[in-house]
Amino acid sequence: MDVGTTKMKPTGGRAQEVVETVGLRMRYGTKDVLGGIDVQVHQGEVLVVLGPNGAGKTTIIEILEGFRKRSAGDVTVLGVDPDHADERWRARVGVVLQSWRDHGKWRVRELLDHFSRFYTSYGKPYDADELVSLVGLTDQAHTQVSKLSGGQRRRLDVAIGLIGKPDLLFLDEPTVGFDPQVRQEFHDLVRGLDTTVVLTTHDLAEAEKLADRILILVGGQIVANGTAAELAAQVSSKASVRFSKDGEFYVEDATTFVRELFERYGTRIADLEVHRPRLEDVYLAMVRDFEEAA
Amino acid sequence: MTTVALRAGLQRGRIETRQGLTNATELWNALFFPVIGFVVMFFLRGNTVPGTDFSLGTQAVPGILSLSVVFTGMIGLGGTLITDREDGGLLRAKAIPQGVLGYLTGRVVSRAALAVLGVLVPLAVAAFLFPGLSVHVLTLVWVLVVGLVAVLPLGAVIGSLFRNVQALGLITLLNMALLAISGVFYPVTALPSWMQWVAQVFPVYWLGLGLRSALLPDGLAAVEIGASWRHLETVGVLGAWAVVGFLLAPVVLRRMALRESGSTVAAAREKAMQRTM
Repeated sequence: MDVGTTKMKPTGGRAQEVVETVGLRMRYGTKDVLGGIDVQVHQGEVLVVLGPNGAGKTTIIEILEGFRKRSAGDVTVLGVDPDHADERWRARVGVVLQSWRDHGKWRVRELLDHFSRFYTSYGKPYDADELVSLVGLTDQAHTQVSKLSGGQRRRLDVAIGLIGKPDLLFLDEPTVGFDPQVRQEFHDLVRGLDTTVVLTTHDLAEAEKLADRILILVGGQIVANGTAAELAAQVSSKASVRFSKDGEFYVEDATTFVRELFERYGTRIADLEVHRPRLEDVYLAMVRDFEEAA
Repeated sequence: MTTVALRAGLQRGRIETRQGLTNATELWNALFFPVIGFVVMFFLRGNTVPGTDFSLGTQAVPGILSLSVVFTGMIGLGGTLITDREDGGLLRAKAIPQGVLGYLTGRVVSRAALAVLGVLVPLAVAAFLFPGLSVHVLTLVWVLVVGLVAVLPLGAVIGSLFRNVQALGLITLLNMALLAISGVFYPVTALPSWMQWVAQVFPVYWLGLGLRSALLPDGLAAVEIGASWRHLETVGVLGAWAVVGFLLAPVVLRRMALRESGSTVAAAREKAMQRTM
């Protein structure tokens, strides 16, 4: 090979995505659960997959985790197709699935210590005590897992997901059934992580709070993709204007309308209100549209 | 890497054994049949094995203990595989590198340990209740080892094929029926020969025979088939079951583990909830 004339590939230009799917499709019988999905997850970001129940969130996550075989499309996670991934890859991926109640007879620290042993041949896993305190379970270190509260149990789940210091952490609906206090603690925990995270939720407030980027999934299709601010900007074109003219009330669309309004009527305009629809309204409208179509 | 997982599996086995020994349900399951068996045979201890003056009660002790190996070992392993699938324990193992290997190692080790204890503890009690037991330690050791090697893979196969614990009741019933024709409560030679043949197909009979040879005076071999303890045949048949088990178990275990995902756990949980309602 003539090294002298071979151009180096511009690897520095665009860092390799942690997750990349092209045309990811999942079909059960004749029903498309995922209809050709393109997803990128960038290094170090928290991507939140937001969608109503049955949107296909868990299916995507399970395909990316290597627990479910896709029907079609290309998928790479940490540079590897999860369908053909080995244990070395497995050691780099942390998984927190929905509502587990396993290992009830184990004690918290004992369980973390046990699982950490599996990672010793792949890298340097967390020390069990360190992890116990990281997720705030120091007081429960010797408690039986079945005796933990829902929130404590979930934090243990996250601890187990983190144990191998993964390059990528999956969290599937991590806060279902949490009371607000526990939810807050959990959000703080997730925001404190310095790893790439893919998290699913059907709670928009949670998505806005945690996400670097939000991907809205409805009916197996991505209907929106961007930061919370970008998504809000996308929908703000639909801002509505509310005013009264000569005591009569009007509601109109668009922003330029306001300028024209004043040019035409000047001081006769009163009670002017401009409503930017909140992301929540738009999200709920999307979900409603989908449910009506179904 | 495999060594690391196996070592973690051994640790898991130790912890699960300790959990089994401190769990009331587990102890009840392990001791239920020996206790019932001993109570019944204690009342029959005055009867003698036909053609001898040996207590029929004492003669039944090894057979009752062989049940511990089958129930605590084989069916117990199958049951834990099923419940671990229902509650997500197996999926958890899947999410960890070499986790399934460590998980299975742990389950097999702890089930083997509990089965052995399920033989030894009742045996210690039996020594007080039933006169005439004569323990050949070496025979006892190899019979237990060969027996466990034969039945544990079968337990793994059962646990992989069935999706709910109720199905295990069927296997339990089948083994109870086999027990009746396996010479546990009465010498097998007293049964019609077709029943003897049926009994000799299954591991229960050979486990019982092996344990009788380990725990009874040699003279009692006279009432067995061929008037012998037939050690060679015992190793042969149990060995054959072991081969079948070791060929089948990896295939069905892999198939079962591959299928496991969050949604299948959720579906299993829903079914389990419906059952309890």
